[in-house]
Amino acid sequence: MSVTIDDVKYIAKLSMLKFEEEELTSFTQEFNKILEYMDQLNELDLTDVAPLYHPIETGKGQLRKDEVKDSLPIEKTFLNAPAESEQHFSVPKVIKEK
Amino acid sequence: MQKAEVLLSSLKGGKAPGRLFGAVIAVKDVISVVGMPLTCASKMLEGFQPVFNATIIDKLLSDDALIIGKLNCDEFAMGATNTNSAFGAVLNPVDKSRVPGGSSGGSAAAVAAGLCDVAIGSDTGGSIRQPAAFCGVYGIKPTYSRVSRYGLTAFASSFDSIGPLANSVDDCALVLDVISGYDPLDSTSYGGKLPSLSPISPFVQNEFTYSFNPDEHPNLAQDTNTPVSDEQPNSAQDTNTPVSDEQPITIQSPADTKDISKKLKIALPKEYFGEGLNPEIKSAVEEIASKLVEAGHIVEEVSLPNTKYAIAAYYVLTTAEAASNLSRYDGVRYGKRSKINGTLSEEKNRAVSEEKSGTLAEMYINTRSENLGKEVKRRIMLGNYVLSGGYYEAYFGKAQKVRRLIKNDFTKIFKDYDLILTPVTPEFPAKFGEMPTDPLAVYLGDIYTTSVNLAGLPAVSVPIGCSSQNLPLAAQFIGKEFEENTLLSVAKMLESLLQ
Repeated sequence: MSVTIDDVKYIAKLSMLKFEEEELTSFTQEFNKILEYMDQLNELDLTDVAPLYHPIETGKGQLRKDEVKDSLPIEKTFLNAPAESEQHFSVPKVIKEK
Repeated sequence: MQKAEVLLSSLKGGKAPGRLFGAVIAVKDVISVVGMPLTCASKMLEGFQPVFNATIIDKLLSDDALIIGKLNCDEFAMGATNTNSAFGAVLNPVDKSRVPGGSSGGSAAAVAAGLCDVAIGSDTGGSIRQPAAFCGVYGIKPTYSRVSRYGLTAFASSFDSIGPLANSVDDCALVLDVISGYDPLDSTSYGGKLPSLSPISPFVQNEFTYSFNPDEHPNLAQDTNTPVSDEQPNSAQDTNTPVSDEQPITIQSPADTKDISKKLKIALPKEYFGEGLNPEIKSAVEEIASKLVEAGHIVEEVSLPNTKYAIAAYYVLTTAEAASNLSRYDGVRYGKRSKINGTLSEEKNRAVSEEKSGTLAEMYINTRSENLGKEVKRRIMLGNYVLSGGYYEAYFGKAQKVRRLIKNDFTKIFKDYDLILTPVTPEFPAKFGEMPTDPLAVYLGDIYTTSVNLAGLPAVSVPIGCSSQNLPLAAQFIGKEFEENTLLSVAKMLESLLQ
């Protein structure tokens, strides 16, 4: 499968990243090389193979008891917030003014 | 020093010393320690202040270790050279013109340079073992789920494992033993009983049996995906498995240190000794195989036929997991937030987004684009590509099935063998300035380490001498799930054999 520069632009948009034009060009070349390498997975017959999601299947998904416990205090939660206001994380305005 | 004095005075106060009393430990900077920065070697987390300790840090501290600081690494643990760091590269203490390996390059270098007794690293596709090999120290990647990941910055959650690097096998064993165990804060951590690793018991084989009983956990979803090709009755397998008249292995008492005559069966997978392997590394590892035969063990060539697909499957799955894990760096709750076009910033007027919502999306995009490094962005992009509509099944779904095949390869071999012996890396550490610029070429260097993470197995990197250029040589032993003791005991035997 080959990737075009438009595909790379689309993936950048999905990834919330922006790139200069020359970076997009070099990414396109690199991706084509990497994906060509990954395409060797097509050599395998995988019809009856079940996917492996978790490498240690014994004892997976240990659920703890659902008990009410103290969690992080609010001031710690906001310790690293780039911007906060009245115990909320503040972000640029999303709703348009009239 | 202050912490050491606190420890000493607690001793005077009658408190029994912990198992790591006074041990000087440094930690890869992807693990959360209160009171120290947590940068992940990224500009994104500049100034970040951890608000809780990783579970392993609490465990180390409660056994009286001294945590002296954080260690450089590749950004978000993505890399094999430790040159992908916002703080610059780490030099290899053995030869400062060369890379220390990565991503736990700072951890391996700190141990090799004698800056700490033990360093903590993390291993997603070789990030403990490869730098350990490049710097000539021991490094063990435990079985996935043996050590809690709570407080480890997530890269690829179904691969990441925390483990120690040290100058001696005993130190690795002790620290690994302290940090192992179930943690309610990590639902993937193993809930069964784990045998003690320290002191290392010589060749106590098959000592580990799963104590997990699904009936005791009625809430767990039963797995309907049983391995498909796992139980084929000895067809292909017998061709490379000579008949053995070994008696069934009996359990030895850990206290019985004299009887190390128990024969180990060690497999040499031919796929790990083929094209691309530096001849000097090849003969050094083969030399180790001969030494093990001389010591009375059985070493035989085997095949792990799906090895050639490991790197492709690994990079599909880990980039996908990384793309998802790193979406949290959006400048909202923590991390650096970039200024926004036209409001707070003089940033040049780049076309950033077609989103009508305007500045919020710009904030995300600017934050991520300005503060993440190139390799991290490359992996996020690749991950989102393999997860995107139309390609999900072609790449991600397929790679998960290949992961099963690779695991089955190992399961088959471990029915007849105790350990697998391989090289750690195909080459010696590159010189700065002579590293490949093509990302795929860099990825291919992970050829001998990634399969282990795909299968969740434990593996240890063992220093085995020096090359003609005075660079460290290393061998890798891969073990059965949760049988770290066997790995450590063979490493310890080699430690004394090679002295």
